[in-house]
Amino acid sequence: MDDLDLKLIKLTQDGIDLVPEPFKEIALELEIPEAEVIDRTRVLVESGVIRRFGASIGHRVLGIVANAMCAWNVPDDRVEEVGALMAGFGEVSHCYERVRRPEWDYNLYTMIHAHTREECERTAHDISRATGISDYTILFSEREFKKTGVRI
Amino acid sequence: MTQELELDDTDRRLINLIQLDFPLDLCPFRTLGDQIGISEQEVIEHLKRLTDIGVIRRIGPILNTKGLGGASTLIAMRVPEDAIDRVASEINDFDEVSHNYLRHGVYNIWFTVSARSKERLHEMVNEIEAIGYPFLELPVTRLFKIGVKFEV
Repeated sequence: MDDLDLKLIKLTQDGIDLVPEPFKEIALELEIPEAEVIDRTRVLVESGVIRRFGASIGHRVLGIVANAMCAWNVPDDRVEEVGALMAGFGEVSHCYERVRRPEWDYNLYTMIHAHTREECERTAHDISRATGISDYTILFSEREFKKTGVRI
Repeated sequence: MTQELELDDTDRRLINLIQLDFPLDLCPFRTLGDQIGISEQEVIEHLKRLTDIGVIRRIGPILNTKGLGGASTLIAMRVPEDAIDRVASEINDFDEVSHNYLRHGVYNIWFTVSARSKERLHEMVNEIEAIGYPFLELPVTRLFKIGVKFEV
């Protein structure tokens, strides 16, 4: 990744314009051909700097208003197996293992999205039954203070 | 849900299509139109409306902190009720904070930090410590699933 790539990311991270040739303006700004803007973007996707290029959805607006972070206490020797099982649930958008802390035993985290809290709870219950992990806590989001995504 | 939030078939197809497979070419909206059998102009009009009503937040790169050479973490903070608003806005002031939520529980403010380097992350954790409330720092150790595609 070079300086031009960095500039390219900065110019596109807030969203491209909804015009017939959205990369034209960016090419002018960077003083490179339009095709190079596209090639560079593709390379950034292939190399993993860009996770995906596409639309970010305001899921709250779509009625997917319940968002629960579920924290699970999974025995260390079962994390690989249980993590894969949890990731397989359609309602689960994110699944990570995180470090445990002395005052916080949980080590696996799933983000669950649904239309209602009850649906989130049901999904957590289903996950618990499917994995046999019964020590968990559901942390519903009460307020969204910020959601910008990763920016540079 | 308000009237204007009603999505037609074209809206749905576009939303499902452009989350993962936004065409990276000179005229992406024409390509999308070709794929679903409508004109470039119609695609743009639909996407503009979807953006106006908040269904689409933006179309652009979703960045990978690690791919950018950066470091990220999740922080859970224990903040008394009457200090929540002040602390949340103090946290929001960091450009590196990408998500910030109020959640029920002993730890009630949960936010993610994406810094450009490990050094900057370390520095930030110190600054966060200076806010003066107990917190847990919970970095990812294993990734099972990331990235959302909402089927509508």
